[in-house]
Amino acid sequence: MNKESAHQSALLSIGDLRLTPDISGVLHEPNEKILIVSDLHLEKASSLARRGSLLPPYDTLDTLRRLSLAIDRLRPQTIISLGDTWHDTHGPSRMGDDNSALFAALRKKMDWIFITGNHDPDPPHFSSARVMNEIEIGGVYFRHEPNIKITEPEIAGHLHPAAKIRAKGRSVRRKCFISDSMRCVLPAFGSLTGGLNVLDKAFNPLFPEQKFLTHIVSSDQLFTVGPQSLVSD
Amino acid sequence: MTRVSDIAHSKLPEIFQSWFAARGWQPRAHQLELLDNASQGRSTLLVAPTGAGKTLAGFLPSLVDLSSLPPSALKKRGLHTLYISPLKALAVDIARNLETPVSEMGLPFTIETRTGDTPAHKRARQAERPPHILLTTPEQLALLLAHRHASKLFADLKTVILDELHALVTSKRGDLLALDLARLHRLSPSLVTIGLSATVREPIDLQRYLVPQLKNQANQSELVCVTGGAQAKIGILKSAKRLPLAGHTALASMPEIYKAITAHHMTLVFVNTRMQAEFVFQELWKLNEASLPIALHHGSLDVGQRRKVEAAMVSGSLRAIVCTATLDLGIDWGDVDLVINVGAPKGASRLMQRIGRSNHRFDEPSQALLVPANRFEALECQAALGAVEAAAQDTPDARIGTLDVLAQHILGMACADGFNTDELYDEICTASPYATLTRKDFDRTLDFAATGGYSLRAYEHFAKIKEGSDGIWRISTPRTAQHYRMNIGTIVESTMLKVRLGRMTKAGTPQRGGRVLGEVEDYFAEGLVLGDTFIFAGEVLRFEGLIGNEAIVTRAAKGVDPKIPAYAGGKFPLSTFLAERVRAMLANEKEWKILPPEVSQWLEWQKEKSVLPKKGELLVESFPSGDRFYLALYPFEGRLAHQTLGVLLTKRLERARMKPLGFVCNDYGICVWALRDLGEAMQNSLLSLDDLLHEDMLGDDLEEWLSDSSVMKRAFRYCAVISGLIERRHPGQEKSGRQVTVSTDLVYDVLRRHEPDHILLKAARADAASGLLDLKRLGDMLKRIRGHVVFKALEKVSPLSVAVLLEIGRESVYGEAAEDLLADAERSLLEEAIG
Repeated sequence: MNKESAHQSALLSIGDLRLTPDISGVLHEPNEKILIVSDLHLEKASSLARRGSLLPPYDTLDTLRRLSLAIDRLRPQTIISLGDTWHDTHGPSRMGDDNSALFAALRKKMDWIFITGNHDPDPPHFSSARVMNEIEIGGVYFRHEPNIKITEPEIAGHLHPAAKIRAKGRSVRRKCFISDSMRCVLPAFGSLTGGLNVLDKAFNPLFPEQKFLTHIVSSDQLFTVGPQSLVSD
Repeated sequence: MTRVSDIAHSKLPEIFQSWFAARGWQPRAHQLELLDNASQGRSTLLVAPTGAGKTLAGFLPSLVDLSSLPPSALKKRGLHTLYISPLKALAVDIARNLETPVSEMGLPFTIETRTGDTPAHKRARQAERPPHILLTTPEQLALLLAHRHASKLFADLKTVILDELHALVTSKRGDLLALDLARLHRLSPSLVTIGLSATVREPIDLQRYLVPQLKNQANQSELVCVTGGAQAKIGILKSAKRLPLAGHTALASMPEIYKAITAHHMTLVFVNTRMQAEFVFQELWKLNEASLPIALHHGSLDVGQRRKVEAAMVSGSLRAIVCTATLDLGIDWGDVDLVINVGAPKGASRLMQRIGRSNHRFDEPSQALLVPANRFEALECQAALGAVEAAAQDTPDARIGTLDVLAQHILGMACADGFNTDELYDEICTASPYATLTRKDFDRTLDFAATGGYSLRAYEHFAKIKEGSDGIWRISTPRTAQHYRMNIGTIVESTMLKVRLGRMTKAGTPQRGGRVLGEVEDYFAEGLVLGDTFIFAGEVLRFEGLIGNEAIVTRAAKGVDPKIPAYAGGKFPLSTFLAERVRAMLANEKEWKILPPEVSQWLEWQKEKSVLPKKGELLVESFPSGDRFYLALYPFEGRLAHQTLGVLLTKRLERARMKPLGFVCNDYGICVWALRDLGEAMQNSLLSLDDLLHEDMLGDDLEEWLSDSSVMKRAFRYCAVISGLIERRHPGQEKSGRQVTVSTDLVYDVLRRHEPDHILLKAARADAASGLLDLKRLGDMLKRIRGHVVFKALEKVSPLSVAVLLEIGRESVYGEAAEDLLADAERSLLEEAIG
């Protein structure tokens, strides 16, 4: 199977929306020109540095650059950031000038909707951007934490799904989208954010009886893999 | 006895002389020589084979000096002697042995051990009121030196004894110990060091290690060598069955091995990997009609299990132990009268040390038997035999100290009294591994330890250590000291999983139930699929699942074969020295006579069907087989260097559009295969061996592959932990660990993209180059063979290449990228959808 067909085969139907998981780790809605991204966790390294883990202070720049590349390629009119845009409430005040300028330039290009997350319950209000707890588009709800009690279709983040494959005495673990016809959970986009295995019990109530597909983000293509090929950590 | 020792003998106090006499002993010349050196303040390296009374020689100067103190002074005396051992079990064992002479002479000294197992209250007391003699490990010494009262504690330290020094200096632990030694020399300027070592190739390296290095001037300790002892009697086992072309099991030789065991009192059977240990143990028990007590000992077995085996050995109730390198080092394990080495010895020095484990009576010959498992190994055994006869050594070169260890040490020194940068730099340069450290690298490492060392100065506010207005660097928060203490040490274990016997519930889920059999590295368990069978702890086990950090297994039904053969913990590559000897043997037909007939015949065939390389030549063969085209090379440079060469060669063939598919290698050669005819391309000058094997492959090709390879990521993880960038995971933290700790792979990717010349990447790169990739050796080889490549285009496989090709199926084949696994998984989804 060649790369092109692998690419096109990944098309999600959630409620009335048709969405394409993108190799960058964002979700794309081409008709309404919406780009959905989750768990940027900006300023995560500087957050950990306060407690003595001096990780490379380049994660914010790296995350924004990768997002900027996806934006240039997909040219959306609206971006929905599905919460945990910031790693902590003080993140915006620690952001360096260059990164602030880069982020502002990205916001200028299109409409932004910042969904609140558990890491950023009260994110900064930028001009031309909206802050909301959730939003509904075409009958589909966009929120940070998946909500099992509600029966309407939803697109969420928060869980940082990752998939693991094991064969021939080796294993590969990568970030992934996980979805069924009712729900899609996006991978964490932030450069220093890891993943939680989709076979973890946290995913059970959302995708009962393991009826789901994962779209695994790899270096230059997406792989669509079912639960029978996955293993836990 | 020499004159020196006559003089020294008079220095031996009456009480010691009569103690020796009462046991019917004579103090040995080297023991007295050490005493004499120490009394004049001279540090000494003692090189001696096992059984020469090394330990007593090391302690004698301290015992004599302490015995000269009047009781009142002794009572006030603080720490007098430190003994450092690489193994905590060894420290405990030596302390016990030391009690005997001390109590028999009625000497009122306090002797204590301090290891990770010592209770916290005792450790705290030891720092306040130390014993006269403290036996400990390099990690505990580092902790003591980072103590606020370190300068007081060590001010009167007179002697440091470093046991098994040859084993300590070859790793990052040796770097850490060297830095600590430099600090000790500063705290106690008249300090005398005594190094105890097995025979090494370059004793001068160890002599330097023992004393402070001066600027622009070499400085070394005295050297005392104990030679002699009886020459070991070593034979190569001749099996009744034919020696196979490949494989490492030595299955055919098991009956002879068993016979040798029955003919001796106590036998140590050394093997190279844990997998081999498991295999040999099983096979011996199949033959064990007499039910001889034969035990198993390797690093993955449960500690309790190992201690039981060791105790049984000391008490003399065992007849044989199948073991790995875990028994290479020094504890006196009782009356061994035969050492069997199964498989290739890989290095002459290692072999000699193993042989030395037999017969601790110095003047009687050790008995040893080498058991080659395949024809290449027969060549290697013969080469090793020659090396032992010539008493040639191939211990590794002296190390250059690494920067991650330096970063750890700098933090430790800030936790102690704090430091002035100029003084600390000078002090560190007195440690021999760091004698060539540049001021720039020191400053960058200091900056890394303080703020992460990033060119983007983002963390000045969060610095772990800070320079005060008095020019002294101290920790900026108590948390730094806490982190330092938690992360001390240079041994980064891969996360280990416990292997526990369990049972299956009716619902078919695994449940804990039985005892823990031991531990395996997580990467091994990662590769297991439910229902896989493998050999471990002497049994065939079935993998039933993971619960927490435990792999639950059940005993496999009788007669079930292990499906996963590759539990290969602990492999050594062939030493350069032995490789050279093997190449020389190939080139010299006269030497073939002493080889087993099937081996010399194999070489004859090779000569007939292809060619045998002359000394200094590299043979390259091409041949078709099935629908593939093969290229076989025989550099004899060891598995690690061959793996690196294989990766780079495949890349070049890919660029030449030869469609390479994969490669396989062993210690002796590599085989690459491709879809296009490699031999034809060479003959038509479409492909040039000179280009393929040009040294420039170690340039861009290497960098491109390295940057994304798991080898670099692993090296980076180790450096990140040792240097304190990432916190070590401790037992009990595993559960939350995955969510809390940031994956070092992600950190590596971000750092490489944004600051590729960061000091930690530099450290990781140096580690990967010297360790997992063996770049120096590969580079030396490429230089050596330039203009000496012999190419032979063949119609079919050659006898030599068969032995390499047979590794397919045993070793994993390289060239299957992570993407292929993902693509396979996707395909299986499609197949399910269609079918």
